[in-house]
Amino acid sequence: MRKGQYRFVAGFLLVPVALYVVFVIWPYIQTFGYSLTDWKGQSQTFRFVGLDNYRKLFQDDVFIEAIGHNILFLVLIPVITILLALFFAFMLNAGGRGRAGGVQGVAGARFYKVLYFFPQVLSLAILAVLFNAVYRSDGGGLLNGFLIKLGLVDADKPVEWLNEPNMVLWALLLVVVWHGVGFYLVLFSAAMQSIPRDIYEAALIDGASRNQSFFRITLPLLWDSVQTAWVYLGIVAMDMFVLVSSMTQNMGAYGGGPDHHSDVMSTVMMRNFLYYGKSGYACAMGVVMLLLTLVLSVVTLRATRRERIEF
Amino acid sequence: MSAPIKETAPAPAGRTVAKVPVRPGDRRGEGVVLNVFSHGFLALWALLIVLPLLWLVLSSFKTDTQIGGSALGWPENWTLDVFGRAWDKGIGDYFLNTVIVLVFSVPLTMLFGSMAAYVLARYRFRGNRLLYYFFVAGAMFPVFLALVPLFFMVKRLDMLNTYQGLILVYIAYSMPFTVFFMHAFFRTLPTAVFEAAILDGASHTRTFFQVMLPMAKPGLISVGIFNTLGQWNQFILPTVLMQPQSGDDPERYVLTQGLIQLQQQQGYASDLPVLFAGVTIAMIPMLVVYLSFQRQVQAGLTSATLK
Repeated sequence: MRKGQYRFVAGFLLVPVALYVVFVIWPYIQTFGYSLTDWKGQSQTFRFVGLDNYRKLFQDDVFIEAIGHNILFLVLIPVITILLALFFAFMLNAGGRGRAGGVQGVAGARFYKVLYFFPQVLSLAILAVLFNAVYRSDGGGLLNGFLIKLGLVDADKPVEWLNEPNMVLWALLLVVVWHGVGFYLVLFSAAMQSIPRDIYEAALIDGASRNQSFFRITLPLLWDSVQTAWVYLGIVAMDMFVLVSSMTQNMGAYGGGPDHHSDVMSTVMMRNFLYYGKSGYACAMGVVMLLLTLVLSVVTLRATRRERIEF
Repeated sequence: MSAPIKETAPAPAGRTVAKVPVRPGDRRGEGVVLNVFSHGFLALWALLIVLPLLWLVLSSFKTDTQIGGSALGWPENWTLDVFGRAWDKGIGDYFLNTVIVLVFSVPLTMLFGSMAAYVLARYRFRGNRLLYYFFVAGAMFPVFLALVPLFFMVKRLDMLNTYQGLILVYIAYSMPFTVFFMHAFFRTLPTAVFEAAILDGASHTRTFFQVMLPMAKPGLISVGIFNTLGQWNQFILPTVLMQPQSGDDPERYVLTQGLIQLQQQQGYASDLPVLFAGVTIAMIPMLVVYLSFQRQVQAGLTSATLK
């Protein structure tokens, strides 16, 4: 390689690499170091305390409970979102009138897709405000208002969706599902349409029904997309910071209420970092979050591994 | 990974299907039953999407007492005052702050991301693979892992609560995905054009800006949309980095942060119409952009995920 070319390569890489190292890689590495100290953040003095933070972490009931909530989300969010998205994608792509057995899209499929996808472009902050209003704990909330009108809820005792310990997680879950289904529907829909039509025609000639062709052909060929969706939704479930911190009662700061019943790892970490000023301890939580994320990715990829079908 | 970029724009099937004539002589009823069934479900979900959004927009035309009353009441306060008030209460500033940040961060993300991706995709040098994985690995780690040291890094650079600080951080955190996607894209571009440009005496830099980058336009649009939405909706980074540092440090909240702030304030001030008007204002640009580029947005976001 000529010298000029080296200079060109180095020149092009300089700024991106520098930015990336300073703001991403170096902080990532530092976190591990800080997690072994009792750093309070304000002063530059701190002591090396070994694994003390990690020991404390596993006796911290709030954090342990938060991990539990993350795991609950980790299981439920992908399962519910993917099933709903698959269901609607099937309805859109195969629910139309047409020759029996022939897979036929429903009329207005494009309209539905445009509509369903829209929540995805809204920020989670907007969703938080929107659903705070929907879940309002009196007749002024959309949900309570409806249920009172239908006579399912007593007007004097409306449901406190976000203040009931065993309701709050479900209320949050619903927001995530509402937000995500449209996106994964479009994703699955695109994958479904890339399946060659002659496969369906062959199945049709062999006498396969519409449902058979869905379960025996479409679904197996969609497996890659489902796997991707699972990983992405898993990442969403590990985060949840915006919704929890701005929709639930504050446990000091950054939501988590009532009585830590909706706390997740990210909110506990942020509270320890910015509210209690325990930087070292918060770093240890960051490391635990990383480990759990890595375990999650490996488990998901393992568990959903299938023989790849080329078509 | 090295698979060619698939254009995930909705296949023509979706459109042709809509025009399939109803066949009255259908032998089996299966199709019709399923059709009614699926339209029912699809319409129900559509309603569940539209209803809360519409209700919120309508609620900005209610008075605070009306909002506290029944959710199903029809608004009576049909003036646009409330939007003006929301704008003055901060939404205007939040909006401006977000725009200022994104005007710089998105183009620079695309520029630096493409530069790195291009060099990694088309030039052979020692450490190329390593550097590529180094960039891509960043996408696997949760942001929370870096937050604490990142805060102090930005503090040391004296960039807390500044536009340039947030811009640089946004660029850095968008790098993994941008490099990953553009890398795949540059690999698919034909070598012949590149060689022709070099033979014609163009420098490497010139070849990149005048030949390769224009050819990569579809990829740039996809990643550009992805980054714009991602940075526009970012919440955790500004929450940590954009807090006033002292009494006389002005607020420079971005829109997402500002909305949550407004929610807290208006809860106390009992002026919820302002909050709802604020959300409505925040939704409008997204709605306009989405409806005008609906196909590109869907294709951009989904193809980005599939990589």
